[in-house]
Amino acid sequence: MTDSSTINKNYKYGFTTQIDMEQLEKGLNEDVIRKISELKDEPEWMLQNRLRSYKVWLKMKEPNWAKLNYDPIDYQDISYFSAPKSYIGNSKEGKPKSLDDLDPELIKTFERLGISVNEQKRISGVAVDMVFDSVSVGTTNKEILDKYGVIFCSISEAIKEYPDLVKKYYGSVVPATDNFFAALNGAVFTDGSFCYIPKGVTCPIDLSTYFRINAEETGQFERTLLIAEEGSYVNYLEGCTAPMRDENQLHAAVVELVALKDAEIKYSTVQNWYAGDKDGKGGIYNFVTKRGKCLGENSKISWTQVESGSAITWKYPSVILQGDHSQGAFYSVALTHDHMQADTGTKMIHVGKNTKSTIISKGISADKSSNVYRGQVKVMPSATGARNYSQCDSMLVGDQCNASTVPYIEVKNKTAVLEHEASTSRISEDQLFYLQSRGLTMEQSISMLVNGFCKEVFKQLPLEFSVEAVKLIEMKLENSVG
Amino acid sequence: MLQVKDLHVSVDGVEILKGLSLDVKAGEIHAIMGPNGSGKSTLSKVIAGHPSYEVTSGEVNYDIDFEAKNLLDLEADERAKEGVFLAFQYPTNIPGITNYDFLKTSFNSICTHQGAPELGDEDFTKFINEKVKLVEMDPRFLDRPVNEGFSGGEKKRNEILQMAVLKPRLALLDETDSGLDIDALKIVSQGINSLHNKNNAFVIVTHYQRLLDHIVPDFVHVLADGKIVKTGDKDLALRLEKEGYDWVTKH
Repeated sequence: MTDSSTINKNYKYGFTTQIDMEQLEKGLNEDVIRKISELKDEPEWMLQNRLRSYKVWLKMKEPNWAKLNYDPIDYQDISYFSAPKSYIGNSKEGKPKSLDDLDPELIKTFERLGISVNEQKRISGVAVDMVFDSVSVGTTNKEILDKYGVIFCSISEAIKEYPDLVKKYYGSVVPATDNFFAALNGAVFTDGSFCYIPKGVTCPIDLSTYFRINAEETGQFERTLLIAEEGSYVNYLEGCTAPMRDENQLHAAVVELVALKDAEIKYSTVQNWYAGDKDGKGGIYNFVTKRGKCLGENSKISWTQVESGSAITWKYPSVILQGDHSQGAFYSVALTHDHMQADTGTKMIHVGKNTKSTIISKGISADKSSNVYRGQVKVMPSATGARNYSQCDSMLVGDQCNASTVPYIEVKNKTAVLEHEASTSRISEDQLFYLQSRGLTMEQSISMLVNGFCKEVFKQLPLEFSVEAVKLIEMKLENSVG
Repeated sequence: MLQVKDLHVSVDGVEILKGLSLDVKAGEIHAIMGPNGSGKSTLSKVIAGHPSYEVTSGEVNYDIDFEAKNLLDLEADERAKEGVFLAFQYPTNIPGITNYDFLKTSFNSICTHQGAPELGDEDFTKFINEKVKLVEMDPRFLDRPVNEGFSGGEKKRNEILQMAVLKPRLALLDETDSGLDIDALKIVSQGINSLHNKNNAFVIVTHYQRLLDHIVPDFVHVLADGKIVKTGDKDLALRLEKEGYDWVTKH
């Protein structure tokens, strides 16, 4: 049964914002890239960077090794830039100077998404950068960060204001040559966040970016760069939603993290892009390259992700463990339902001595969806004493879904110790009946089972995020169970 | 308290209960015995509300505090909230959720329904520790995921612990005695006996007479081919043990 009202209930972020937008004509060529750079008022070096990426991309082929089935993407049938009119222009004059000057429609949109621009209603303890289609429309709680010397702004602003930092680290973790989608992103990226935590600073509040796709037939090409200097610490959160539309939309992001000596970065995502309808029509294609580099000794990077949306997910947040004694972690819950397809996992590349990585992956598949964990652990000859622990669990709901685990292991140092565990289980009618016969409603029962299954991942999330993640998954599974 | 009238139940189109009637009053203990496949487990699951069983005709009425309810209209969780409890023959695992959290959620959702105040962590810990003593369970079991890695006997004891915590009005015990050694059997029986009072009732499904050495039923029913074919007192159980079910089914 396709009943848009029930789907609406399950995806409460599917609304559209009516706002005057400026959108580039569909198509991709050098002129389009020059136009994007011009619209963003970029320095010449960035334009050259984009053009180099574009040339690299032209020579590349779209990867097809993932277990994903979709019609070929027509890269000429996408608009590569779309922004509210007030954000267009070469000069800063037209743009809102402070958050108070934001278009009321944008304020309303973000309030509906749970982010308050209004100072009184803002969640203290979090600074939020709001990205709407191709532009960052504002960042909250900047005053607090300024006191600590923490830089948190849009990447567009950083390119102009902090060119030395951007030049030093941009592309240092994910070069354009890395893969097809990274090269595409390097050519056409529009906005995203830039964070810089100075030496010895523990970021006083959490940093967060909220990505919202609104415009039709537009791709979103997010670019985020996060640098944690020696001995610093930051907790970064990312959320994303989009309206319900019949056609597929592309989101191809690149996120780079750099942790210097003794620094720690915790990066959490709750991904809730529109997943398409009951028949698999529409939804976001999410092709994302996320990678962190533990550059300094004793540095730590952890990726925690709750992937609950998108028609297609192609995403492998990874860590290069370069500094000796550095640590990388990947905690993931990936939920697929209806016709969703997810091929997600991680790469842990051990380079430094005594480096350690942990992988905990929980896949929940329901209905006719397909859910693949694909992960690589690579131990280089230099990585004496490297250790990895991987645990990949799948939970099946119903009997038409599909779950697989594809681990790749490459060890070039004999002292390495790797452990891998995997399991597959099923939410059974018996479990539900057991819980219900103890007075728990169907919803409470599902919630308890999912919570139990995902516990090790949820406990890595900040409390508010984990509550939201549990609710999200409960809501999405309600129609699939029982 | 419970009236089952001419109950017909099918699973996957196969009729299992074929016109079963049973009348249970507050304060009574009923034992249901019968050969394998006679429908004993089906009866307890249907009363508790298992969704796989289809009631094709008949009634299951339940009255509590002078209020009559048709149990068949209620979901399994609603029945539990009205005081119906099933001790499972094969309790399932709930990975990642501790016994303590499970029991607390369960206890509080039933309390809320019945208008009693919920218990916070401190009070609930005190309360549950008493119950743990009653079933002579190692308190460390509270911090372990529900039934995960529990032996058969530990699972059964855990069912009795849940029963002690939830204080049901109508407790259905589905072969709680099977798989228990003599000591565990004694502890489980003691648990049942100490919970029994004039306001609640027990329906005990069992295969063997030996449980009835410890628990004295008011009625013993013999279930065969989906119906109760004979009802008597505890002596009936003794006779069954001696002469086998053939004796009843052939007469």
